[in-house]
Amino acid sequence: MWVTMVSIGYRCSSGIGLSGERTIDELKINHDMEEKMLKIFHKTLVTTVSVVALMATAVTQARVDGDTITLGAAVSETGKYSTNGKHTRNGYNLAVKRINEMGGVTVGGKSYKFKITYYDDESNSGRAAQLAERLIKQDGVKYMLGPYSSGLTKAIAPVTEENKIPMVEANGASRSLFTKGYKYLFAVLSAANQYLEVAIDLAVEKNGGKPVKIAMAFEQDAFSQDVRLGIVEAAERTSSDIIIDDKLPKELNDMAATLAKVKATRPDVLVVSGHSKGALTAIRQISEMKVDVPMLAMTHCDASKLAKQHGKKSEYALCAAQWHKSLSYSDGFFGDGKKFDSDFTSEYGYAPPYQAAESAAALLVWKAAFERANSFDTEKVRDALALTDMQTFYGNIKFSSAGQNIAKPMVLFQVRCEGDECENRVVAPTKWASAELVHPIPKWSDR
Amino acid sequence: MDLLIFQVPILMVQASLDGALLGILFALIAYGMALQWGVMNIINIAQGEMVILGGYIAYTMYVMGIHPAYGVIVSPIIMYFIGWLLYKLVINRVVDRDLFISILATFGISILTQQLMNFIFGADVVVAQSNFGTTLLFDDMVTLPNAKIFSALVGIIFAIGLVLYMKKSKLGRAIRATSQNARAAKILGIDTERVYAATFGINAALCGVAGALISITFTLHPYVGLPYTVRSFMIVIIAGLGNLPGVALSGMGLGVFEEFSDYILGTEFRIGSVFTLLVLILVYRRFRLSRKREYLE
Repeated sequence: MWVTMVSIGYRCSSGIGLSGERTIDELKINHDMEEKMLKIFHKTLVTTVSVVALMATAVTQARVDGDTITLGAAVSETGKYSTNGKHTRNGYNLAVKRINEMGGVTVGGKSYKFKITYYDDESNSGRAAQLAERLIKQDGVKYMLGPYSSGLTKAIAPVTEENKIPMVEANGASRSLFTKGYKYLFAVLSAANQYLEVAIDLAVEKNGGKPVKIAMAFEQDAFSQDVRLGIVEAAERTSSDIIIDDKLPKELNDMAATLAKVKATRPDVLVVSGHSKGALTAIRQISEMKVDVPMLAMTHCDASKLAKQHGKKSEYALCAAQWHKSLSYSDGFFGDGKKFDSDFTSEYGYAPPYQAAESAAALLVWKAAFERANSFDTEKVRDALALTDMQTFYGNIKFSSAGQNIAKPMVLFQVRCEGDECENRVVAPTKWASAELVHPIPKWSDR
Repeated sequence: MDLLIFQVPILMVQASLDGALLGILFALIAYGMALQWGVMNIINIAQGEMVILGGYIAYTMYVMGIHPAYGVIVSPIIMYFIGWLLYKLVINRVVDRDLFISILATFGISILTQQLMNFIFGADVVVAQSNFGTTLLFDDMVTLPNAKIFSALVGIIFAIGLVLYMKKSKLGRAIRATSQNARAAKILGIDTERVYAATFGINAALCGVAGALISITFTLHPYVGLPYTVRSFMIVIIAGLGNLPGVALSGMGLGVFEEFSDYILGTEFRIGSVFTLLVLILVYRRFRLSRKREYLE
């Protein structure tokens, strides 16, 4: 049937099939073509069968070799996510080292060590999906760790799902990951729509419980638009008005028009999310254009090293974070956030951003799940993952039926400076607040 | 559609000034592209990457404790030699070939430059601080960052310098002669190979200046070069090759148009509206040309 379809396709494309009348020569040519097609088909079939047989042989290799459990991960070593890819790998590696040093994973009374097989996804979603296939089908990996970014996680999730391979991911926050009914995806981080909701609640609280005027500018990518949805919901919930709703093109690094509108309309809170470029551009232009807003809330302050790069210009910016070292969560492996911070710093020579912390937490989830399942069967391990309910140095972890961590709130910190030294201080939720929120932000003329 | 700009007319002043300052910066990049395209018939896809590389040179100076504004002197010098080297290594092999081959070659240079910048400078978004302050006008309602004013002034100085250099200097005359007819220039004793290398170097140097200015006005990242390539390409298309004053006007015009469409249509339509304008201009030109042809017939 396949050959007939190909030959019909050929006939149509060559115009013979449409001509109505055909000469003997045309029929002969057509017959020769069909014979050629058949030969090509046979060759292709033989090659495909051989490749499939080879792949099947490769897959039969066990993923628990001796006393080692192999996890697979495609993480960016090159391309635009290479810096955050490094934080992700370092988080994974530190956790593997710590868990292995402390006795490893106990399954069936025997101790096993973790090992991670990495590939570089080149910050490219197509490549990430290919590598996930390779990890699962060629390397026989049965347990996956996530890549960096929502976009790459979205590329890998259908592959792990199709192959029924559980994946614990720590760096894909897009809400769309949790609305597709995935059964094998588990995210230790809070979803993107939760990032800045709390900032709107804070603004309303500071406005005496009355609705506020919101100006917002979000990049047109999956993550930032999810953050935007969270703000829209918070605005509806608090009956607040959205007076500016700009969608920044990805290639844009100029927000002058948005900020001029903000200056003219005087909102109560300005919300900006556009990855590191958005955060750095916003602070640069807000300070240059002397835009006075009572509250400025952003994402990616950590990743962009906002306080370091812009210094005092970034003071009073409110930033959403998945984790902060001053939070009082703890576990038996890393102790608390401060201990993780010092351990990570002494190992890698820089303070851990939250991307590293959440990545390390993913390994703690894997360890607990293996031990609860007491088996290497992927279905049993998947079920054990679904029942996760634990505390780590990074925060509480409990998954919804969609695989989203519903036990950990986002934190908001505010950049505060003393002299030229700026640091991030947690201001919300109040349970972990280490500093009082400065509100409204002092005017540029007074700073 | 947002009518705020009509309700608060002062925003029109802000939009016009922002657009003009932005346009001058883009025009500077387009100058180099127009020159090199006109002389060598090469569309340089790596134009944006050369701008960003120039920016990283200024940023490196900033990290070393030197004010990044000095980058407008150091960056073009280094970039001239990088451009010259690129010509000798790659471009001279494609200069007389089909346009498609040169596009492929410069596309390759663009990818390589991105990856090398990523490798050397890292994938973090970075900024250099000029601390030039802000000029406030109209009761503080119109703000002009001095870094942008500085960028525009430097852009104008380099553009005027380039025009004068092309008219007065020996190399400038040789470049113009080669652009008009390379074969005739060669017969008359002009070393066209040297002219090509110098042209590519001058383009790279202009990218270096623009990059240094971008490091103090916007942000740098190894992968943000493409918008600068596309924008300069559009400016050259609108202005036409060899029309340097046209490049300046079309750069500023596009900048102002872009700002106004941002205010009126929304930020998401900002780039789309510029492309729509480009299509309209090209269609209008074709219409005008066909009328001229009819008249001649």
